Amino acid sequence: MLDQTEGYTTADGRKIGGVVMEMKNITLRFGGVEAIKDISFDIREGEIRAIIGPNGAGKSSMLNVISGFYVPQEGQVYYKGAPRPPMKPFEVARQGIARTFQNIALFEGMTVLDNVMTGRLTHMKTGLWGQAIWKGKAEAEETANREIAEKIIDFLEIQAIRKTPVARLPYGLKKRVELARALAAEPSLLLLDEPMAGMNVEEKEDMSRFILDVNDEFGTTIALIEHDMGVVMDLSDRVVVMDYGKKIGDGTPDDVRNNQDVIDAYLGVSHD
Amino acid sequence: MSDQLIYASEVFLNGLMAGVLYALVALGFVLIFKASGIFNFAQGVMALFAAMTLVGIQSGQVPFAHLINAIFGTKIHHFGWHVHSVVAILLTVLVMILLAWMVQRFIFKHLVGQEPIILFMATIGLAYLLEGVADLMWGSEIKKLDVCLAEGTCLPQGINLAIDEATFNLFGYGFFIDNLDITATIIAILLVTALVIFSQYTKQGRAMRAVADDHQAALSVGVSLNYIWILVWSVAGFVALVAGIMWGAKSGVQFSLSLIALKALPVLMLGGFTSIPGAIVGGLIIGVGEKLFEFFMSSGDLAGALFGFTMNATENWFAYVLALIFLVFRPQGLFGEKIIERV
Repeated sequence: MLDQTEGYTTADGRKIGGVVMEMKNITLRFGGVEAIKDISFDIREGEIRAIIGPNGAGKSSMLNVISGFYVPQEGQVYYKGAPRPPMKPFEVARQGIARTFQNIALFEGMTVLDNVMTGRLTHMKTGLWGQAIWKGKAEAEETANREIAEKIIDFLEIQAIRKTPVARLPYGLKKRVELARALAAEPSLLLLDEPMAGMNVEEKEDMSRFILDVNDEFGTTIALIEHDMGVVMDLSDRVVVMDYGKKIGDGTPDDVRNNQDVIDAYLGVSHD
Repeated sequence: MSDQLIYASEVFLNGLMAGVLYALVALGFVLIFKASGIFNFAQGVMALFAAMTLVGIQSGQVPFAHLINAIFGTKIHHFGWHVHSVVAILLTVLVMILLAWMVQRFIFKHLVGQEPIILFMATIGLAYLLEGVADLMWGSEIKKLDVCLAEGTCLPQGINLAIDEATFNLFGYGFFIDNLDITATIIAILLVTALVIFSQYTKQGRAMRAVADDHQAALSVGVSLNYIWILVWSVAGFVALVAGIMWGAKSGVQFSLSLIALKALPVLMLGGFTSIPGAIVGGLIIGVGEKLFEFFMSSGDLAGALFGFTMNATENWFAYVLALIFLVFRPQGLFGEKIIERV
């Protein structure tokens, strides 16, 4: 059985709950290359958990394991206390794990609002025939979901572009729309793949603020990948550090910052 | 001259109606191409298969009768009942859904992520397979379609008379418009409206558009690609059935029906492979264009005076030449998205 002991309290006084997701001895290989080597860590309810590491450390692979895009050869994923069998990505999404992508995967032809509404798909229960025949019920469902979508659009301050086709938006806004779509699913676990990649300082600050606000307002558990150390240290409650597919550090930002292995990985080891 | 003008406008209207049929077939292509990137060469055969199944079910034919008779030495051909056309259409829809499931389950599920050309080759294989199965199931003789469309009795006969009268009073000449064409147009308009409403306002429609746009992103919001692809093939099968019924009503259900797929190609070049309005407008342009072109080129007064010669049977090549011109000057078509890949 998993360690479900009560959580901890963060430096700024937030209560962190039990384990939502646990990765146990995960190994992922592509042919002969081991992208992830025997890594274990957990993500707790309500926390912002970061996975950091230099380029090619296996961070994105780890996120893809969590979201079901990759199936690890060894190890077991536990979700909400139960072992999770190998699943398709859409099944993982239906279990309440939403994600964003490093290279933005939005529906370019749709408006911002439509994009956010697709995030609600997992919550729409009316079947094909229900949609076709039972107009009233489907309509009520659509309205309810629309309200939630609008709330999230307001929250992320993208009302002004609600009806704009996504293809016309600048990069920074696209990132925010993607966050909105993931958030619209009201996920129990939100995965962010380099939410600040390719952004300027201002956009990074905005995004950091949104991530903190989301966590604060909705209590969303967030796991994010980032290779910008500075940003991560300010944002996250606990940090996993990866290098060459191995875990070299795990703990609070302060722990990690003082970890000699981490310093070596980031700055290189001096040999004199 | 003014007589000719009136006659030309009649030709124009008839062209519009023919265009509706082209548009319907093209629509089936666009649906599948958008959602899965598969250029479905078998769309025409699907129309044939659907029409044959409809006739077969309706007239109580025993499927695979020849095969069964050959193996068991029996002599069965018909169950001896006659199914009402509405019931028969519903049953045919079920068959098309089953076909969609089988196509996805046994062919394209195993080809996910393959090159477009490989997917295209698979649909060519599917086209021949389906044609063979249709032959084996229902026999190869030309069949008469027994729905009201074929007899032109879906709409009250008075409509044609009314049109004749109205145009006679207007122009001093009665238009000839087929009842079947009017019905076909109405059905096509209803079908397209229903499709647009479905894709814009329902959960499945939204998921379908999501899959058409980005597979990865669709997966990440919990959409099952497999389910959507079966859905899309089913809808395409349904569109094929409608096209098959109309075409079959015009010229009988026969194997040349599968060749309408070729006529849909220029429509797609014109309208763009990814645009539903494009398929419709493209179909109408080709329908009207080839009828009018034929009319002008075969008329001694006009073409003879202008060029000194006339041409006949231009309908056979007009659409393809138009498509060729489009390929040179506007390869993405009128409404298509910018080209990334094309089979």
